[in-house]
Parts: sequence; structure tokens; C-alpha cells
Amino acid sequence: MEHIVTTLVFAPLVGALIAGLFGRRIGDIASQSVTTGLLLLTCGLSWMTFYQVIWGSWAGHATFTLAPFIQIGHFVSNWSIRIDTLSAVMLVVVSSVSALVHIYSWGYMAEDPSRPRFFAYLSLFTFAMLMLVTAADFMQLFFGWEGVGLASYLLIGFWFKKPSASAAAIKAFVVNRVGDFGFALGIMTVFWMFGTIQFAELFPLIAAKAGTQWTFIGQSWSAIDLACGLLFIGAMGKSAQFFLHTWLPDAMEGPTPVSALIHAATMVTAGVYMVCLLSPMFEYAPVTKQIVTLIGAVTALFAATVGLAQNDIKRVIAYSTCSQLGYMFFAAGVGAYQAAMFHLFTHAFFKALLFLGAGSVIHGMHHEQDMRKMGGLWKYLPVTYAVMVIGTLAITGFGIPGVELGFAGFYSKDAIIESAWAASGKNGIASFAFVVGLLAAGLTAFYSWRLAFMTFHGTAKWDSAHADAHGHDDHAHDAAHGHDDHAHDDHGHAHTPHESPLVMLVPLLALAVGAIGAGYAFVENFVGEHRDEFWRGAIFNAPTNHVLEHAHHAPEWVVMAPLVVSMAGLAVAIYVYLMNEGMGLRVASRGGPLHTFFYNKWFFDELYEATFVRAARFLGDVFWKIGDQKIIDGFGPDGVAAVSASVGRRLSKAQSGYVYHYAFVMLLGVAGLLSYALWAWAH
Amino acid sequence: MTGILSLITFAPMIGVAAILALRAMSAGQDTAVVANRAKIVALVTSLVTLALSVFLVSKFDAKDTGFQFVETVTWFSGATYRMGVDGISILFVLLTAFLLPICILASWESVTDRVLEYLAAFLLLETLVIGVFCALDLVLFYLFFEGGLVPMFLIIGIWGGKNRVYAAYKFFLYTLLGSVLMLAAILAMASIAKTTSIPDLMVFKFDPKVQILLWLAFFASFAVKMPMWPVHTWLPDAHVEAPTAGSVILAGILLKMGGYGFLRFLLPMFPQASVYFTPLVFAMSVIAIIYTSLVALRQVDIKKLIAYSSVAHMGFVTMGIFSGNAQGVQGAIFQMLSHGVIAGALFLCVGVVYDRMHTREIAFYGGLANRMPWYAAVFLLFTMGNVGLPGTSGFVGEILTMTGAYHVSTWTALAATTGVILSAVYALSLYRRVMFGELVNPKLAAIQDLTVREVVIFAPLIASTLILGVRPGLIFNLTAASVDHLVGAYKAAVGG
Repeated sequence: MEHIVTTLVFAPLVGALIAGLFGRRIGDIASQSVTTGLLLLTCGLSWMTFYQVIWGSWAGHATFTLAPFIQIGHFVSNWSIRIDTLSAVMLVVVSSVSALVHIYSWGYMAEDPSRPRFFAYLSLFTFAMLMLVTAADFMQLFFGWEGVGLASYLLIGFWFKKPSASAAAIKAFVVNRVGDFGFALGIMTVFWMFGTIQFAELFPLIAAKAGTQWTFIGQSWSAIDLACGLLFIGAMGKSAQFFLHTWLPDAMEGPTPVSALIHAATMVTAGVYMVCLLSPMFEYAPVTKQIVTLIGAVTALFAATVGLAQNDIKRVIAYSTCSQLGYMFFAAGVGAYQAAMFHLFTHAFFKALLFLGAGSVIHGMHHEQDMRKMGGLWKYLPVTYAVMVIGTLAITGFGIPGVELGFAGFYSKDAIIESAWAASGKNGIASFAFVVGLLAAGLTAFYSWRLAFMTFHGTAKWDSAHADAHGHDDHAHDAAHGHDDHAHDDHGHAHTPHESPLVMLVPLLALAVGAIGAGYAFVENFVGEHRDEFWRGAIFNAPTNHVLEHAHHAPEWVVMAPLVVSMAGLAVAIYVYLMNEGMGLRVASRGGPLHTFFYNKWFFDELYEATFVRAARFLGDVFWKIGDQKIIDGFGPDGVAAVSASVGRRLSKAQSGYVYHYAFVMLLGVAGLLSYALWAWAH
Repeated sequence: MTGILSLITFAPMIGVAAILALRAMSAGQDTAVVANRAKIVALVTSLVTLALSVFLVSKFDAKDTGFQFVETVTWFSGATYRMGVDGISILFVLLTAFLLPICILASWESVTDRVLEYLAAFLLLETLVIGVFCALDLVLFYLFFEGGLVPMFLIIGIWGGKNRVYAAYKFFLYTLLGSVLMLAAILAMASIAKTTSIPDLMVFKFDPKVQILLWLAFFASFAVKMPMWPVHTWLPDAHVEAPTAGSVILAGILLKMGGYGFLRFLLPMFPQASVYFTPLVFAMSVIAIIYTSLVALRQVDIKKLIAYSSVAHMGFVTMGIFSGNAQGVQGAIFQMLSHGVIAGALFLCVGVVYDRMHTREIAFYGGLANRMPWYAAVFLLFTMGNVGLPGTSGFVGEILTMTGAYHVSTWTALAATTGVILSAVYALSLYRRVMFGELVNPKLAAIQDLTVREVVIFAPLIASTLILGVRPGLIFNLTAASVDHLVGAYKAAVGG
């Protein structure tokens, strides 16, 4: 077992090193084969581990210590691999989506000149993510945490010639660092509070500290709430939650397979994973749980409203991801960690599907991402169309409540909404989350179908507009991209959208299977009857936490409500985008205040630019030009020079020979003082 | 084994003698040929010193908390030539010996003026710096400590850039201030304790009131060296004007003399004063981290940016040392070693493009990744080390010093942690402006990627950044006993 899990974690690293260091020597095909092959190996071993841990002979959990990392007193961290149900679920999600994205990229990136670098980054990301999910202590968790951040930075900025791509890459890294600021302080708090950073040693100590106080920055705080709150700031950064979400939409500058893997299915869910992993802590942090619920609910709603007004196909899906992550957080916040993990699991399939489907559209449309220039594509991309509809049905949670049959999102999203309802008895914030969850489900249905209709239905806008705009637009775009896309062979294609090659369609079909069946197949395990045998203690619920039980007894109207609101969303989308095509654009062009507000993403970028970015620049200038130059140097060395006019005059001559004088004076001074010292001491 | 420390310390002087002999013998010969021979002599000397240092480390008993390889020779008027290393100082000897061959290789082609003197200055500097870390007598320490400034001063003043005189002058003025005060303190200590032996002074109990004065005097000298805010302004100028190898030594080793001084003198000899002044040091450290990071953000000169970033990183070191616990002190030592490698490597990275284009202006560059993919990869690695990415050595020191400080002052830890955000901002925006985008400047159109010599220079630095990032225990195993001893004595002295 140890060999198997070690192999599956390190295989992607080996692939990344081979493709990254020797890519140019061994060639594109070899690099792609090595990385993809090793990823398929990891994927196979992950499923095997998953099966063995849950139903097979490895039952329960195990931790393999590979080597020491940092060991100073009680601050002990090891390189290790922790295998339990929680990490096994993540292994399966990460390695499956990653393997499919590797395969898909053979087609999507076929004309990029830097393919070995691309595949190396993808595999490096996968390695860091696997280290994250198998960590047995906070330091390795942080290693994986920042490691995926590095891979994300590299992949967002993959087309580094494009200024917008490198700007987005920095933004992603820096905003994540803001989250990591809290994360790091949280780790320090845990260490000094409990004297350990090992999960296995830490968790049994939590209950005893519940309700105690801890002094931090001069204030007395509820101890566990403080630790969890600080750690949650890290989760907010990584999972793009309200206030720290601004990097995720910009991250769409990266190639689309990256968006599917990192910015939809895996990395951005790391925050959710962390909260669930630390459920033994969060269960004793009632205030922080309320904050988690609130932030999650606000994000779910906020991102859904912004998603309504975007025209870039990838940005719509990005905001949708942000919103779905909000669902996961408020589920965890009300104590339904299992439901959060379940949604994480199903979301990985259907969101990766939607992104890769969008990638197929973009590929077929010769790198056009503006939905206003699409339309009527279903005839040209029939397979893509079919899988996108499946993905949309899955994300909108389509299913029939009575007979319990539906697409993946139906099970997981309903479990979340019912949990929020179950927790809302005497918990105002949970009630808020429940209402928001329903509202956002309606909005989700609207913007998801809007995307499908604008892209695949209605009249084709690409014929005239596309060919026209394409001429200069795409050449500029291409030059800026730095990657060789379809601009040149466009002329051969005569601008007709085309279906993607088989190598891209196969991953789409595989994900479509997941989007259809992942919910039905696993609902009993994640949140249903068999959840105790499934989780085997990997998720902790306090003895007083009965949210999931209550959720099962939700009344009829609660069970029906998600379906009703999403049908309403669908109906509005049909009315606006199918029956009255062009109505959406007219509403948008009228520029009402609400649309302006949503379209500009609630003006967060502008706000941060005006405050933090400007303040940093201003302070930097003040400290440098006034603090250093005027005050410190002015009163210090320059002042001394000015006082001594002769020194000033000689300085202005600036002869190199003069240096010897100083050296000589220095030596004389040292020798003189030292002689005096020795003389004085000897007497 | 007695005598090995003197051998390592003075081995570079053999190289100096050889270079001087070479100059005397080859008068009138082709200077280029002579210069080449001198380079080989210098390189071999520094490699031998490195080999001796590695041997020293291999013979070092990591479980022994005291000084090892001690040499004692009575000198003059009561002063004693006393050498020895413990788990803290031995690593700085190794770091010095490790960086010197790299410096000489880095100067192979870029220095053409007065090559022999240049090499002699570097080897002399190596002797003096190793001497600082080995000296176990105050007088001897002072001689090495102040003597080391002279070759550094000459390296900046003679082989530096346009404003080298101003930079050398500033360097001189600041350090002079510190030296005078430290000398006075050494005098006082000798007359109070009737000894100049550092091991004896480490267990001597100075009166707390006297400690305050002595502490301040030593602190002034070491704070200038670190440098700490607000006595840091000499460093950016010195770096900008120094030749590449000079910057490597300055950032890699000379700055560490300050931190070493804190560990060797202030904490063990003046524990009560150290506790008393901890809030002051924390405040200065935190200001250094935030203030200089923000200043770094606005720089237009690559070297200046990295110099300011060095000041910020040294803020973590002072913070860690004065947290007075194992995490903080171990973290500070690790941070010094790691910064020595990473900052040195970053200055070498600047040297790579400076040698080709003769400018350090950030705006001149842009899009280098297009033509220099290997250079871009190397620069990225060290940039990530600089921002403290886990997996590089830069992370370990930062997280440990912050953890150590948290125990003493959560405000300090909170403020210092903002440094990890700011370092990402300035370091990544530098990387972006130099590496990313289109290669628009026509002067860069033919710029070449790393040469074999440059790869050889970077290889050991890359290896140490990554290996120490993944297995920091390699260092901690050596330092643990000495640090535990130091921290234990410190806590016992201050009753904490």
C-alpha cells in the first residue's frame, strides 16, 4: 500500500521534471506521452486506493511518513502521505480530472509551440495538489497550498507575452498570499495553542480547549474560533470567496484546460477541503462557522449576480464556480461537511465538463470567447452541444424529487439546501443561507441556460460579425497571445466553426458520464444511509450536530423548492434568449444601474485599486523619497557631508584615487583605537 | 585536529601570496595571460578552502554544545589568539567558503581592470570573514570584524560603478559609527570582566545596568551591518555600485556578521538587556519588513530592488533572534543561510543581464523569457525562494521566525506576516517586468541565454535552495544542540 500511494503522488512530479527539463530535447510528443502516461497511472492507482480504503482491505486510514521536514522542538512536520476517505475522495477527483485534462490538451494545445512546458506545469500542479490532499500536518498542507498557487501562477501566465495574462498571474498569486497571511497566522496560533501541528495529535486536544480564551493582538478571543477564523482566511483566498474572489475571473487568461483543472475542479476547492479536514476544529468554533456560512452564502449570491451579466463564456463559468464554492462553504458552515464534500465531488465533474466544453467551443470558434458573437452552433458542434447540455442540467440540479432520479448536481445541491434549511431553526445566518441558496439556484439556472442558448441556439452571429471582426481582431489577439492559434489556418477554414477532434471529445464524454451519474452513484455514501461506513471518521460531527439527519426529514416544499426555482430560471432564459432573441442585449445596452453594477463585478477591482494598490504605491514613494532620502540620508551621511564643506567639495570631484584615503583613514582609526584599547586595558 | 580553523582561515592568504608572487614574477608579460593565471590560482585556493570547510563540518560533533577545534595561543599584552566553532558559527564558515568560488567564477569575464588586486581583495576578505566566525576572543574578533570592511570598501570603491565614491563613503560613515561604539564596549567589558575570552564572557554575569550600555554599543554596530531600519540606507547604494561578486559577498556574508553578532554577544552576554530591548528590536524589524518592502515596490533599478528586499528579509532574522525561543533562533539562523544563497543568486542573476547589456534599469528589459528560457527558469526559482515559497529554503526561515515571534508578541507576528504579501508583490512584479511580455527593445534581440560558466555558477545555488527547502534538517541537525544551549541559558538568565 505504501508503494502504491507513494507512486501515485510522485509520478506526476517525475513527469513534470522530465517534460520541464528535457522537453526540448525529447520533443513534444515524448513530453506529452510521459506526463499523460504517468497521470493515467496516478489516476488508476487513485481509484484503486479509493476502492480499497472504502470497501476493500485498507479500511480506515493510514499515514506513511516518508522523511522529516521541519523539526524544531514541538514544531514537528514530516513529509508524509495521509490516506483516509477524505483524501481518497480528493485523490480520485484530482487525478481523474487531471488525467482527462492532460488528454484533452493534446488536442487543445496542438498548435502551441511550448507544449512540453505546458504539460510540465499541469503535472507539477497535480503533484502539489496531491501533496496538499495527503498532508498529515499543517506544514505539508501549506507546501501543497502554495505549490498549487505557484502552478496556478505559471499556468495563468502561460501565454506570458500577453500583458493581461501576466497581470492576472500576479493578481492570483498576491490575492492568494493575502489569504495565506491568515493561514500562516492560523498555523502559528494552532501551534502555540496546542503545541503541535500534526493533525492526528491535534484533533483529540480540541474539545478540551473549547470555550477557553486566547490573547491575540491585545484582544481576548474565543480560542478555537480565532484559530479557525484565521485558517479560514486562507480558505477564502484559495477558494475565491467574497473579498478575496477578484483573482478567479482574471485567471481565465490561462488556457482553458487550466481553467477546467485548477480553477474549477481542484485547486479552488482546496479551501472547502481544508475546512472539512479540520472539521474536528470547526465543530468547536461556533462563531467562525457562522462566518463561514455567511461568507459562503454571500459569495453564492454575489457571484451568481455577476454571472448574469458577463458576455465572455469563460467568465460566466468562472463566476459560476465562485458561486458553487459559496454553496460548499455554507454547507460546511452549517455543519454539513459531508454535503460540502459531495458537492465538491459532483461539481468537479460537471464544472470541468462545462469548462472543457467551453474550450471546445472556443477552439471551434477560432479562439472567440464572446458569446455575443456566437449562436446557432449546435449544428456545427453537435457533440460539444450535447455534453454542454448535460453539464448545464447537472449544474442546475435537474432531477425529479419524488423518484430521486437526477443529474449529479441534483443530489449534492439539494443536500446543501436541505442542510441549510435543517440548520435554520434557531440560526439566523443558516436561514439566510437557505434563502440565498434557493435564490442563487434560480440565478444559476438562468445564467447557465443563457450561456447554452447564446452559444448554441438562435441565429449565428459569427458569420458576418465574426469574419469581419476576426480579420484584425484576431491578428492583434494572436500577436498578443504569443501562441500560434488558428489565425493562419482560419483562411482555409473559411471561418466555419468546427467540432473538436476525438482526443478532446473523449474526455468530454467521460466527464459527461460523471455529470450524469456521480450523484446517483454516491449519494448514499456521501450524505445518505451509508455515510458512516463511508467516511469512517474522516469527517467529524460534534455530538450535537444532527444537521444531516434533519435534512433528510425536510418537508416537501423544501425538497421541491430548488427544482421550482431552477425551472423558473430556465423559463426566463427561454423567454429572453430563445423566444425573444436580442432582448437580453437590449436590456444590457440600456445600461440600467443594476446591470452596470453586476457587469462591473460590484466594482471590487476598482475599489481595491483605489485603496490598497494606490496606498502601497503612495507609501512606497513616501518611504523611499522622503523617509530614506530626505530624512535618513539628509540628517545622516549627506548631512554630515554637507556640514563638512571640504568633504562635500572633495566628494564632488569624485576621484577614484580618493577611495584609498578612506581606506587608509579607516585602517588608521582601527589600529589607533585598538592600540589605545589594549594599552588602557593592560594598565 | 587542532589548527584546522587557522588553516581554513588563512588558507586564502596563501592564494594572496601566490597572486602577489605571480605579479612580481610576470612583470612585463601580457596582462590577460597573467590575469588568467591569477584567476585559476584564486579559484583553486577558494576550492581548497571549501574542501577544508566541508571536512571541518564532517568532523564536527553536532551533539556537543560547546566550542570545538579550539586553538589557544597567548598573544601580546594579555590578549589571546583563541579560535573555535560551535553549531552556529560553523555554518557561516561553510557559507563563506561556499560562496567564494562562486564569486570568483562570477568575476571571470566581467572584471578586466586590476584583476590581480581584485582577486587578492576577495581572498583577503574571505580570510577576515572566516576569522570573524571563528574568533573566540574579543580583540581578535574586533580585528577581523573591522578589518573585513577594508577589502569590501576597496571592492566597492575601486571596481564599482559610477557613484562608487559616494557609496563607499556612506558605507564607511555608517560602519565607522558602529565600530567606535563597539570598541568602547569591548574596552569596558575587558576591564569589568578581566578577560577578553568570548566563552568566558558568555557565562560572565554583567550587572543589568551595565548590560544596557554595552548592549546598545554592540547593537549599534551590528544593526548597521544587518542592516536594520533606519541605518539601512548605505546598503542599496553599496549594492548598486558594487560589482556583481561584491554584491554576492555583501548580501551573502557581510550582512550575516550582524546577525551572528547578535547571537554570539547580545543574547548570551547581555540577556537582561536583550529582554529589555526586545520591543525596540521587534519594532525596528517590523518597520524594516513593511517599510523596505514598500520601498522595494517602487524601485526602477533591479539591484536596488533586491537590496531593499534584503533589508526586509533581515528584519525576519532580527525578529527571530530576539524572540529568544528555539523556533525563532533556529529560523533566524536558517534564514541567514538561506538568504545568503538566494540573495547571492539573485544578484548573480542581475549580473547575467548586466554583463550583456550594462544596465540595471528594469524598464530597459522586458520579454527576456522569449530568448532566455533557462535564465527565466533560474530567475523564477530564486524569485520564489525570495518570496518564501514552501519547498525553497526561503520558506523555512520565514515561517519559523514568525512562529517564534508569535509566542512573544502576536502584534509583531501579524505585522511581519504582511511581509509575505508584500514580498510577493515586489518580487513578482520585478519578474514580470523583466521576463514577461514581448521582447520589444531592439537591443535585446540578440541576447543569449546562460553560458556553460553561468550554469556552473548557478547549479550549486539551485541545489542548495531546493535541498534545504525540502530537508532543512540538514542544517538544524548541526545547529540544534548549540541553539538549545543558547536558548536554555538565555531563558534561565531572564527567568522565562
